[in-house]
Amino acid sequence: MTEQTHFVEIRHAQKSFGALEVLKDISLNVERGQIVGIIGSSGSGKSTLLRAINDLDPLTGGEIWLDGVQVNKTLPHRQYEKHINEMRQNVGMVFQHFNLFPHMTARENVTMAPKLLKGLSQADVDKLAEEQLDKVGMLERIDYYPSQLSGGQKQRVAIARALAMKPKLMLFDEATSALDPELVEEVNLVMKKLAEEHMTMIIVTHEMDFAASVCDRVLFMDKGVVVEEGPPSVLFKNPTQDRTREFLRKHIEGAS
Amino acid sequence: MGLDFSIIPKYMDIILLGVGWTVGITVAAALLSFVGGIIFAVIALYAPWLIRQPFRLIEWVFMGTPLLLQLFLIYFGLVQIGIDLPAFVAGIIGLGLHFAVYNSELIQTAILAVDKGQMEAARTLGLGRGQALRKVVIPQAVRAVIPPIGNNMIALLKDSALVSVIGVSELTLSAQRVIGKTYRPFEFYILAAAFYYVINLCMEWVQRKIERRISISR
Amino acid sequence: MDIDLMLKVYPFFLEAAWVTIVLSVLTAILGLICGTLGAAARLSRFALLRFLGAAYVSVFRGTPALIQLFILYFGGPQIGIQLDAFEAGVIGLGINAGAYMTETIRGAIIAIDKGQREAARTLGLSSWQATYKVILPQSARLMVRPLGVNLNMLIKATALVAAIAVVELTYTAQRYIGSTYKPFEMFLLAGILYMIIIYVTGRGVAWLDRKVQIN
Repeated sequence: MTEQTHFVEIRHAQKSFGALEVLKDISLNVERGQIVGIIGSSGSGKSTLLRAINDLDPLTGGEIWLDGVQVNKTLPHRQYEKHINEMRQNVGMVFQHFNLFPHMTARENVTMAPKLLKGLSQADVDKLAEEQLDKVGMLERIDYYPSQLSGGQKQRVAIARALAMKPKLMLFDEATSALDPELVEEVNLVMKKLAEEHMTMIIVTHEMDFAASVCDRVLFMDKGVVVEEGPPSVLFKNPTQDRTREFLRKHIEGAS
Repeated sequence: MGLDFSIIPKYMDIILLGVGWTVGITVAAALLSFVGGIIFAVIALYAPWLIRQPFRLIEWVFMGTPLLLQLFLIYFGLVQIGIDLPAFVAGIIGLGLHFAVYNSELIQTAILAVDKGQMEAARTLGLGRGQALRKVVIPQAVRAVIPPIGNNMIALLKDSALVSVIGVSELTLSAQRVIGKTYRPFEFYILAAAFYYVINLCMEWVQRKIERRISISR
Repeated sequence: MDIDLMLKVYPFFLEAAWVTIVLSVLTAILGLICGTLGAAARLSRFALLRFLGAAYVSVFRGTPALIQLFILYFGGPQIGIQLDAFEAGVIGLGINAGAYMTETIRGAIIAIDKGQREAARTLGLSSWQATYKVILPQSARLMVRPLGVNLNMLIKATALVAAIAVVELTYTAQRYIGSTYKPFEMFLLAGILYMIIIYVTGRGVAWLDRKVQIN
């Protein structure tokens, strides 16, 4: 087993659901502070790849390393559960449909995990909740329930919830796809702010403009393989692969 | 023999004591059935196969037989295995377990109906499966089933009349005792019915209040 | 477990099961009649009928069936109603079940009513014709399953007549528990018979449900 040299390292990732192979031998490295965008049509495997990084959809082959530790290492069931729970504390995830806990206020959504898993006091987690919700501009709504918030507000609270665990890596799975168009910008702004703070991020998105503006590197995936990758200036302006060109052409037509 | 309701005040204290017992037994059995319902639901869904399957059989038996028959089993069965409990305790256990099974059915359905994303979100924060169930999934399932569980609790109030048959001096048996002295069954059973009806209305009122309160956090 | 004893007494349980079945059937018929009348009253054009229907449902669902049975059986003679225990059981439980069925039937009618009635009326059907020709045939489909639930509850509720000494399954079990001190065995005998009755009824309802869904 070779020594890990990158912050996030995906080696020969392979994933099948029954006979269907959704990830075919994907390798990807992400450096600390880097922001990587993943684009592709639905069914390309981009969400599966993202969800494999914190083992929500465990790989059927290959390795995932994070900051020197293998995420999907072979362990007996109990130890594996413990290991995965610890790994996941380092990885924040933001979902397309927010997945806020509807029975908890914004504050409780943010504080529940730190309180439970890090044993912080109520005073400490309250301070944490205020900090994190302030960061996403949701401090005034700290004691609101999700049902009282708009989609954009929910997603900002969901980002604060993930940040409260002080993750080393943030994963965004189409964080703005379920939002009304006028609410997308407020979430994008929060993500840009994180980018300025050099948070390491992997962003699955279908917003090409946003990917172009924040990402250091963009991957185009199709049918379970990475077809092409490069800096956004290159990938969006001068793609080398036909499939990439095809996808971008359709996407721009569809958007306009 | 005609009707004579003027006799009622004389025996009101006995009846009111019966009302007190009925309320007490209903509340105790309701709490037991609520906690039991959650525990049963978790067993029925998540326990190892060897525990889960016999448990489901027992649930099935409880749902397929009359409460009165179950009360006889619990009351006389406990005595037979050497546990001599006061009748009211046996009554609370019988009512509580019976309705725990019905509540468990509701909670199981509700747990399965909680969005998969909720479990995923909790797991990505680093919570274990048990923690995620306890903190995220079950509280939501319980909120979702509060209205139907409320209906079960109102049914429980009415079924609490059955424990009179195993000798618990609640409202129905109190009425019977008074009737034994006065030979006025119509008057005193109507009175008992009226008290049940009022308690029933109070429970419906509380149910609506609770529903309104939780509707925001769902 | 005392198998010998169970083998000795089971014929009495079979006889009692027959009483439970007859009781259930008669109660169900009376319940359906009361439920239909109740639903018609609750959906009536006349406020008084609507009120009476609502009061029927509220009072009979709001008080214990056991008390209703006692009022009828023990209190009845005071107001000139003399019934034997079996008759009181059928009538008491039937009226009680009718209150639950009223809500089931009403719910199924309301679920169809809205647009369908308007459509029928614009064709020139009278209100009664619209109900009879258009609404009810569709509501019937929605009713079968919830009425099956009512029936299931009703069968278990027949055990209450044990309290007025009708010799049905639960009374028989109670009597043999008292004389043999074998509560578990007697519970098992009665319980199995109840579950058979409920299982067969459930299959019957499922069959009927499939049949009405196809038509």
